[in-house]
Amino acid sequence: MLAYAARRLVLAIFTLWTVTVLSFIIIQLPPGDFVDAYMAQLSATQSNVSEQHFESLRRQYALDRPMYVQYLKWMSGVFSGDFGTSMMWRKSVLDVIGDRLAMTMVLSLGAIILTWAIALPIGIYSAVRQYSIGDYVFTFIGFIGLGVPSFLLALVLMYLGFTLFDSDIGGLFSPEYQLEPWSWGKVKDLLYHLPLPAIIIGLSGTAELIRVMRANLLDELRKPYVITARAAGMSERSLVLKYPVRVALNPFASTVGYLLPYILSGSVIVSVVLGLPTLGPLLLGSLVAQDMFLAGTIVMMLGALTVIGTFLSDLLLMWIDPRIRFEMVQ
Amino acid sequence: MQDDRQPILSVRNLKTSFFTDEGIVRAVDGASFEVHLGQTLGIVGESGCGKSVTALSILGIVPRPGRIVEGEILLRREPENGQAQEIALTSLGDSSSEMRSIRGAEIALVFQEPMTSLSPVHTIGNQIIGAARLHRKLTKQEASELAVELLSLVGIPRAEGAIDAYPFQLSGGLRQRALIALALSCDPRLLIADEPTTALDVTTQAQILDLLRSLQEQNGMAIMLITHDMGVIAEMADQVVVMYLGRVVEEGPVDTVFGESKHPYTQSLLRSIPSIHSTPKVHLPTITGTIPHPYNRPAGCPFHPRCPDFIPGVCDHHEPELQSVGDEHLVSCFLYHPVPETSS
Repeated sequence: MLAYAARRLVLAIFTLWTVTVLSFIIIQLPPGDFVDAYMAQLSATQSNVSEQHFESLRRQYALDRPMYVQYLKWMSGVFSGDFGTSMMWRKSVLDVIGDRLAMTMVLSLGAIILTWAIALPIGIYSAVRQYSIGDYVFTFIGFIGLGVPSFLLALVLMYLGFTLFDSDIGGLFSPEYQLEPWSWGKVKDLLYHLPLPAIIIGLSGTAELIRVMRANLLDELRKPYVITARAAGMSERSLVLKYPVRVALNPFASTVGYLLPYILSGSVIVSVVLGLPTLGPLLLGSLVAQDMFLAGTIVMMLGALTVIGTFLSDLLLMWIDPRIRFEMVQ
Repeated sequence: MQDDRQPILSVRNLKTSFFTDEGIVRAVDGASFEVHLGQTLGIVGESGCGKSVTALSILGIVPRPGRIVEGEILLRREPENGQAQEIALTSLGDSSSEMRSIRGAEIALVFQEPMTSLSPVHTIGNQIIGAARLHRKLTKQEASELAVELLSLVGIPRAEGAIDAYPFQLSGGLRQRALIALALSCDPRLLIADEPTTALDVTTQAQILDLLRSLQEQNGMAIMLITHDMGVIAEMADQVVVMYLGRVVEEGPVDTVFGESKHPYTQSLLRSIPSIHSTPKVHLPTITGTIPHPYNRPAGCPFHPRCPDFIPGVCDHHEPELQSVGDEHLVSCFLYHPVPETSS
């Protein structure tokens, strides 16, 4: 077990390293650099800034050096906990990100929990009552959930919330808590605002997981061990929950791994629309401005989340499936 | 044992059909037979002749879209205060608590595939304990002791360790033994074994059959053994029911059916068994043709398109009925009894 964990750790570090290299290269692929983008922006507003200022900016961020030098400089900082300076915000990257990472995690976790809480029972129902009216209704709603882009849903809900209930459903906090330090009141306010964005972000994932659960369970319900349990006199309800659902959860657990990054990247536009203080809008802005240290750090964090998520889902799989547990220990 | 003449289970004119979108499949079409305590009834026939559906019908767990459309299944309870009691299983709801209290407790099933008949993610012990505690008032501790006892009874070595094993850690033969242990957990009076040896290699087959026989000698239960293997029937059964396309075509004591088989289908089945006396390098006789598709059941006797003794104008127009041709020996064939007078 320890050897297995150690192997996973080494692989995870290697994966993260690859992610940083790739993201660093890809962010710099578009022609020009941050200063060019900055100049274009300034000349659009017709401000007058001297050529020397730009040169000093370039030198300050080492933009005039080759790419690998920039990368090495950034990485040596990362190892000592310094993720560089955001050129756009002129602040340290960590200060810019601040609470946003935590907010993103809270929102994603909320979305995943909602996704599971909704998808599991509906998936089980749809499989056990295959081709019933309820199954068709859920299938219909599920396909709408898959088909409607979530940012559109966010817009519609915002409009409805504003016209019908006269409430602003954007953001994660009420205006009075926006800039307050953390307190119980603020946490309550967050919990009050959380469900709606979580539902919007989790919707397509929910629809997908309903289909996955339904298909898995339908497969399992045809297996002979179900007949064995039925012939032993178990009631249908406890039988379905004890055996086939348990086995059908298996692929379900392995989806957790990619659900996390999927929700993060999928929620960028929704976060912009709803004005959520998460990483998504920040990543979008930094990419547009070619603010490579900020963008690189965010991509690295997403990569780390993916690696952690995959590891967690593997642990979960090992926990629920003895076959995998024995295979891995050997 | 006590009363050999009274059957523990009688099935009368059982008809189970599947109502699919493409049409009605009559999986079991008027089967009748009886099972006695301490005896083994063998049900034999080709794949798809309704053997397994008969077993599921008795347990009341025919999967949708199938259901029992006609007939009676009577379970006879042990005489309490001298009063025997007959329960019509067909009149109980499939998921009623009475039916569930009979399933697993009085009638148990050993299903055909040991590889997939146990949940892959639960330990053997967990599944046996779960089954035992459904019908018996046992603490977890007692149930777990019972599980160990049962596992050693069915010949699993190191039974204390085996209750913590998962099915994938056991060989096919051991899994089948574990399944039998599970079926025995509530001391059933009737054990339905549906192709219990089909998926096993020949030596393991013999061991499992020996096990079933010795268990029967110990607790006197009735066994209903479903198989397509005439050899297994010859070794195990006291009574034989030969089924073809959901019907019983011949029925009787095993010696009579094997020694003086009457129905052309039974005769062909027996001819297709390899014998040590047959000439080497000669093709085994086979039954010509294939089983008709269930949607296109032939009119008249269902076997007539493949029958070597087909009587034109009779077998394809009239349905034969199961009638006596000797001591406890029943056959449904026009070779042995008159054609009904009503002409079509």
